[in-house]
Amino acid sequence: MFEPFYISFKLASITVLILFLISLPLSWYLSQTQSKIKPFLEALTALPIVLPPSVLGFYILVALSQNSPLGAFFQENFDISLVFNFTSLVIASCFYSLPFMVQPLQSGFESLNKNMLEASYLAGKTELQTIFLVALPNIKPALLTAIIITFAHTVGEFGVVLMVGGSIPGETKVASVAIYEMVEIMDYKGAHIYSAIMLSMSFVVLLSVYTFNAKHKRKFGL
Amino acid sequence: MIHINISKALHGVNGDMNLDIDLNIQQGEFIALTGASGSGKTTLLRILAGLETAKGEIEVKNSFWLKNAKSITPQKRSIGFMHQENSLFLNMNVLQNLLFVKKDLDLALRLLSLTGLTELKDRYPKTLSGGQKQRVSLCRAMMRKPDILLLDEPLSALDAKMRTKLHSEILSLHKEFNTTTIMVSHDPSEIYKLSTRTICLDNGHIIKDGTTKEVLLKSQGSQKFSFEGELLELKEVDVVIIAIVAIGQQIVEIVVSKKEALDLQVGQNVILGTKAFAPTILHPSP
Repeated sequence: MFEPFYISFKLASITVLILFLISLPLSWYLSQTQSKIKPFLEALTALPIVLPPSVLGFYILVALSQNSPLGAFFQENFDISLVFNFTSLVIASCFYSLPFMVQPLQSGFESLNKNMLEASYLAGKTELQTIFLVALPNIKPALLTAIIITFAHTVGEFGVVLMVGGSIPGETKVASVAIYEMVEIMDYKGAHIYSAIMLSMSFVVLLSVYTFNAKHKRKFGL
Repeated sequence: MIHINISKALHGVNGDMNLDIDLNIQQGEFIALTGASGSGKTTLLRILAGLETAKGEIEVKNSFWLKNAKSITPQKRSIGFMHQENSLFLNMNVLQNLLFVKKDLDLALRLLSLTGLTELKDRYPKTLSGGQKQRVSLCRAMMRKPDILLLDEPLSALDAKMRTKLHSEILSLHKEFNTTTIMVSHDPSEIYKLSTRTICLDNGHIIKDGTTKEVLLKSQGSQKFSFEGELLELKEVDVVIIAIVAIGQQIVEIVVSKKEALDLQVGQNVILGTKAFAPTILHPSP
């Protein structure tokens, strides 16, 4: 009965992991650069916030389908279809949730005192060491916010998932889509249970993020 | 022996200018770098540290840090750098801040005891006062036993009492480690107490370079005392005029004649001097 939740959480966990690896260098670059392409990259990163999920879903569908060069390549060489399966959900989610990972990290990095980062370089540490030993430990609240919000946002997505993944039980039918279908077939009891679970979990997660951030600020003054 | 010959175009608050420095420094010197703000002092320090690029050459102990546009990174320069403020790693306690630079516990503990910070070694920067933070920052700068110690107005955010305390600590570390120190400072008493040589920059160029005594004790006229201050007010009292002048943190009253007052304007910087034959020194009451 709770398979859709399992799929939602699996999708969100994988998305968070992939997005963290992509966003870490991207947000660090954006926070440190004074290059002219910065606004261009920032606008591109923020697009999923303003685009209707159906538009995003449509483009992803077009880009990944077997008629596209990318889709055809995977189909021919690996016999993998990139649409209407779990893989396509992961790809779509990574686009859809990108700004929710990049933006908190970037503003976290930007809030760091430049003197502190320079002190690390002057202590003989490389940029990579500085990121992991100085920058990240000092933006724990932003890091936590980025991870949790990305996770929650991925669990909460609906339009993109429906467009790209369809609603295949056990494969692409996530919790939000399941609720939609329950309402459609007038299974209000199921919809109530699912919705209540989503609501309470989301609240608890957000509450713990804000509690942690407040505590952290008191202790380290960050 | 350090040889610096660099140039860099700067776009400062006073418009464009060229930083042009040609300088030889002996091992063990304590140099004060002074001059109006925007004259290029901090930039020179940052170029030495490798935090900013420049054209020219920097040679330290027979190896080139900068030559033919090839510059080695700050990581590879034997530099201790002390920022004006806010440079401690907030996620590490005092001892960890030092050990982050070099895993040398003996040295770290020795530095902490030299600066009286041993008690605070487990504290996080957030819980330290401004003076304590700067002392930690000083200790951290010494952890690499640097060839050159660069201090960028390290005490300007501190009160007078804390400064005096840190002066002796800076000086004792400078001597203990036989390092070459370059300090940016605006404070004449600080410069006099610490440095052996003073270099004054203006608009990116060296306008004075000599022993600190030569540069600082250059009073014009033949005053025995002279202080610079700002004229705050001219008050007419009966037949005389009283000028109120702010000198540092002190406000003083001086009697001037009406004729003298004609030349003065409120807001002006003035020099107060006396040709006293029998000067008296008053101890400030505790």
